Amino acid sequence: MLRPRIIPCLLLQDNGLVKTVNFKNPKYVGDPINAVRIFNEKEVDELAIFDIDATVLNNEPNFSLIERISNQSRMPLCYGGGIKTIEQAKRIFSLGIEKIALSSSVVDNPNLITQIGNQVGSQSVIVVLDVKKKLFGGYEVFTHNGKKATGIDPFKFINNAQNLGAGEIVINSIDRDGLMKGYDLGLIERVRKTTTLPVTVLGGAGSIAHIAEVIEKNGIIGASAGSLFVFKGPYKAVLINYPNSQQKNILYKKVNYENKK
Amino acid sequence: MITIVDYGVGNIKSFVNVYNRLNIPVKIAKNSLDLEDAHKLILPGVGHFDHAMSELIKSGMREKLDELVLIKKIPVMGICVGMQMMGNSSEEGSLEGLKWIDASIKKLDETKINQITRLPHMGWNNVYSTKPHILFEGLEKEALFYFLHSYYFECNNKSNILAKTEYGDSFTCAAFNENIYGIQFHPEKSHNYGEILLNNFSKI
Repeated sequence: MLRPRIIPCLLLQDNGLVKTVNFKNPKYVGDPINAVRIFNEKEVDELAIFDIDATVLNNEPNFSLIERISNQSRMPLCYGGGIKTIEQAKRIFSLGIEKIALSSSVVDNPNLITQIGNQVGSQSVIVVLDVKKKLFGGYEVFTHNGKKATGIDPFKFINNAQNLGAGEIVINSIDRDGLMKGYDLGLIERVRKTTTLPVTVLGGAGSIAHIAEVIEKNGIIGASAGSLFVFKGPYKAVLINYPNSQQKNILYKKVNYENKK
Repeated sequence: MITIVDYGVGNIKSFVNVYNRLNIPVKIAKNSLDLEDAHKLILPGVGHFDHAMSELIKSGMREKLDELVLIKKIPVMGICVGMQMMGNSSEEGSLEGLKWIDASIKKLDETKINQITRLPHMGWNNVYSTKPHILFEGLEKEALFYFLHSYYFECNNKSNILAKTEYGDSFTCAAFNENIYGIQFHPEKSHNYGEILLNNFSKI
């Protein structure tokens, strides 16, 4: 049977890996190639890598770094950051990346989802939405590392993205980012009710118990985390970690395979 | 040596990386001249069926591939859409397939998938080999592979089925016809299990 996916999310800045809190104060956590090697050994389900500089600085994706990461990786890779054109997307695929994550470019031009999907296959086109809770209820999509408000309702956008042929939705809570106090389960529930596409959730996981909770409530889902898999202990010492197969099997038991309509 | 068919569609690099780690020589073929000395082929593929078929035809390699596979009968393994192209036709598109294995490509039945998340079938799932074969040596029990697809390969001749997976219904995830092998999942991104399978293929 299909397993839920447990996905480390790595942020790239200036050729290094960083981790943020509420999308701010990036802290250097190490070398990306080295991290990929360690995650290989830990046999992770998937790895997500987002370049948080590319869109803000209006840079192209860093193709040579993406290639070096891909050369090391024995697991499926999702890359996001700075992709604006079909040509860029195709070039990233040719480097050995399975999934392309799009955010600000599809918020500006949703039809890009269809255009890229027609070329590389819609199952590989991932829409990432960074969202913030609104003061008086609801949520809003932000781009440019949480700095640019778009006025877009994420649930309406997800609905549209599915119609345009997206293959997966990644929902990232800016409010929970880096706090390690648990996912925004209310947000996740609303996203799940909005779409039949695979959903991956990001923002807030601080323990395996948080991942267990999201799997127990949602069954087949992608549970992604940054801090959880790069920090250890109360002082957040950098130490790459990931559940072993025994721990994962316990998490899989949380899935209710019979009754998930 | 394993020759990887590069017609501009597919994650060629991922296969090169695995075979480099296994110390098995690989060659990338971009045209029919590059295919001259091939004696074992991998046909990758991602994306839309018609896009992959038309790019393969455009590459000018199709005739040579037909000759190598159907007349010289060298081993060939198609991966993901590379597998699907080996069938007759696909519900995803209107172009004809290579017709190397008698199969129709169909969309996974969403109504049978008893959960909120339906398609694409994305993630790690069990692969059950249905008959002993060198390709699945060492993978007979509890092998897990990475899947990313919405269409599957339905063999018209059940004796071509090599392995199955459950997602909603049970579907064929590996098939063969003499020297021709098709794999729906991604061994190139499936850690040790994938390396075992790609290594097994090199020994065929």
